[in-house]
Amino acid sequence: MAVALILLLVAIGSVLFHIYSPWWWTPIATNWAYIDHTINITFWITGFVFVAVIAFMAYCVFRFHHKEGRRADYNPENKRLEWWLSVGTGVGVAAMLAPGLVVWHQFVTVPADATEVEVMGQQWQWSFRLPGKDGRLGTSDVRNIASDNPMGLNRDDAHAQDDVVIESGELHLQVGKPVKVLLRSVDVLHDFYVPEFRAKMDMVPGMVTYFWMTPIRTGTFDVLCAELCGAAHYQMRAKVIVDEEGEYHAWLDQQKTFAELSPAKAVVKATYQSGGK
Amino acid sequence: MVDIPYEGIRGIPPAEVPDVELYHPRSWWTRYVFSQDAKVIAIQYSLTATAIGLVALVLSWLMRLQLGFPGTFSFIDANQYLQFITMHGMIMVIYLLTALFLGGFGNYLIPLMVGARDMVFPYVNMLSYWVYLLAVLVLASTFFVPGGPTGAGWTLYPPQAILSGTPGQDWGIILMMSSLILFIIGFTMGGLNYVVTVLQARTRGMTLMRLPLTVWGIFTATVMALLAFPALFVASVMLLLDRLLGTSFFMPSLVEMGTLSKYGGGSPLLFQHLFWFFGHPEVYIVALPAFGIVSDLISTHARKNIFGYRMMVWAIVAIGALSFIVWAHHMYVSGMFPQFGYFFATTTLIIAIPTAIKVYNWVLTLWRGDIHLTVPMLFALGFIITFVNGGLTGLFLGNVVVDVPLSDTMFVVAHFHMVMGVAPIMVVLGAIYHWYPKVTGRMLNEALGKFHFWVTFLGAYLIFFPMHYLGLLGVPRRYFELGDATFIPSSAHSLNAFISVVALTVGFSQLVFLFNLAWSLFKGEASGGNPWRATTLEWQTPETPPGHGNWGKELPVVYRWAYDYSVPGAAEDFIPQNQPPRATQLVQGAAS
Repeated sequence: MAVALILLLVAIGSVLFHIYSPWWWTPIATNWAYIDHTINITFWITGFVFVAVIAFMAYCVFRFHHKEGRRADYNPENKRLEWWLSVGTGVGVAAMLAPGLVVWHQFVTVPADATEVEVMGQQWQWSFRLPGKDGRLGTSDVRNIASDNPMGLNRDDAHAQDDVVIESGELHLQVGKPVKVLLRSVDVLHDFYVPEFRAKMDMVPGMVTYFWMTPIRTGTFDVLCAELCGAAHYQMRAKVIVDEEGEYHAWLDQQKTFAELSPAKAVVKATYQSGGK
Repeated sequence: MVDIPYEGIRGIPPAEVPDVELYHPRSWWTRYVFSQDAKVIAIQYSLTATAIGLVALVLSWLMRLQLGFPGTFSFIDANQYLQFITMHGMIMVIYLLTALFLGGFGNYLIPLMVGARDMVFPYVNMLSYWVYLLAVLVLASTFFVPGGPTGAGWTLYPPQAILSGTPGQDWGIILMMSSLILFIIGFTMGGLNYVVTVLQARTRGMTLMRLPLTVWGIFTATVMALLAFPALFVASVMLLLDRLLGTSFFMPSLVEMGTLSKYGGGSPLLFQHLFWFFGHPEVYIVALPAFGIVSDLISTHARKNIFGYRMMVWAIVAIGALSFIVWAHHMYVSGMFPQFGYFFATTTLIIAIPTAIKVYNWVLTLWRGDIHLTVPMLFALGFIITFVNGGLTGLFLGNVVVDVPLSDTMFVVAHFHMVMGVAPIMVVLGAIYHWYPKVTGRMLNEALGKFHFWVTFLGAYLIFFPMHYLGLLGVPRRYFELGDATFIPSSAHSLNAFISVVALTVGFSQLVFLFNLAWSLFKGEASGGNPWRATTLEWQTPETPPGHGNWGKELPVVYRWAYDYSVPGAAEDFIPQNQPPRATQLVQGAAS
């Protein structure tokens, strides 16, 4: 029976494609293997249901397709069967949801020892900021943005002066150290997306969003924007490099602080302007 | 001769609603153009939706040309690509699927299936169509205004949607919001009609629990749409004000192209909450009519009662209600309050239970049936496969932490196309093959129909099933071209090219369907009034196609539920809903 066979082949073909697909997730680079495990659990459960339903359907088409003299059964309901199927589905759903919620709890609970890094999105480039020697990021405001202050740092905030500012370059992170990535946008929605990190979050103008992770292997990773942000969305790229401790500090020492990047005269000018008002 | 024992037949209530005087058309214009007949309005809705749907189909070809063969087609640039995806999405979701299921199938089937002469407010019903047409024309006009249509994505997220970095910022976005506002006004006029007609104009004996599931699906979807569309209406008005008057409902302090804008104090997330408060129910506004219709297709063509009718009705109502408390699962990575994740993941996965019940009951209806593999039945089977596939991948995206890596990738694109693109369109096509004989009095050509089914079903599956794996790999959506990215192997580009070739093939196969529609109108085999030997009232009209007023002199009286197929002891394998118990022919020897 050709139709039944094709339906069955669709199910079998899907499973085979899944097993032999050359397209699979990237090798993970952070602690979020839990997410991959949850996806795997979901694949097993949903895969079983998919094959079971399609195979049953194909069998029905094979066994009960119209022939001369065949007459269908008349059975409006079967409370017992419907009840069992509902309970079984509930159990399957719980088996996916429970691990998902546990991992979500980890995802939104930032460890106390995480260091902060800021990523700022604007059409269509990335900037980064690391806390300076004081270990704190200074305050910022979109209204402070000027050609010599592209991230809009607050000049009156002492914590901002030693912040390391990296414009449209590469962000380095240290392997094995948990990091809380603070996300900010100055214009439209963006999304800091590194496939190997698994974690991502939108960047929303007017608020600071975040996620956290611990890089577990060194390497160079592509940064893409994952939230549509206008005409050049697809070209908004950067790189993140995860280093060993020594290399990381060597890189960090070469970076300029906000005070170094922003010449003194500009500060004077700004003071004059605000005094003038 | 004895009556078939059936507990519902006692006490046919007296007529609650007096028979209505309809406005009878006096000229060609009031008969075919400004008609107040729901059946004519249904055809107007369907033709308009199909016409604008063909535009969306062509846009999808252009998108696939670009994705499959980047750099080859110099007439597609990055701005246009964004305009294509935006218009494709908006047209398919709202102007095609919503309009076709509710305005098209709803208008045609509700009065006929509940045994009414027409919708209860025929004049408002006519206005509904003309406002819808105006909305479509405003939408289509954006292709011809300076700057072209908006390229903000169908989700229209501010601030991007109204700032100058996005194509169509001049006119496109303004006309898009205007068109949506018009659509909602038009829909509300139609929607009130559908709801009141189902509640107030059912014929004698047509209790709610005797309604065909098609009516339950369309009815519930309409109630939902009446509650959900106002959120989009509000969001559209506010976004329009932000764009035109410089208000800041959704706009925080921000920099536009290097200079500080005048906006300040608004919230981009507020728009997302309003949009998805509409947007998620919208998924079920499209899905529930499909659920209802496919139930009737399966039952009729398997010659068997739908399994678990009462559970099916309650599942429709439960899904409709639950779908209002899941919207923020579209926003897991939006930066919203993180604790929302627990709540919305839980509600979202709970919806899987009533949805799964529906799937079980469809396949259990096939069990020990007498399955006629007609074209409508084939499309119903195709629907089950694509819907199960797309529904199951929804369990990935609904489970908050699993969504984090998958959101904004091609996995999402594959998921929603499978579940609310391909699956409902399988039902639309199956339903057209099923009801075309009632609308025209002629059958569609079966050989062309089978060809159309296999190319469409297998092709669509080949397009969207592998696409999930591109998303799993990490390929982002809404990308004009992927460019250099170390994690994307060249084989992924080959897969994209393959998908594009299949998409073009499936697209062109729809021309066969259009040809069939046109050809059969004149040359199709005459169908008679009830070619599928179906039980529901629309097949029992005195004329085919049904005349104005549907029922001739007397309204039908309903004696039984909609699924008396293969009743033991009855001679025929179906008993129409309006057949009195005494009139049922029994198998010889079964009578006493």
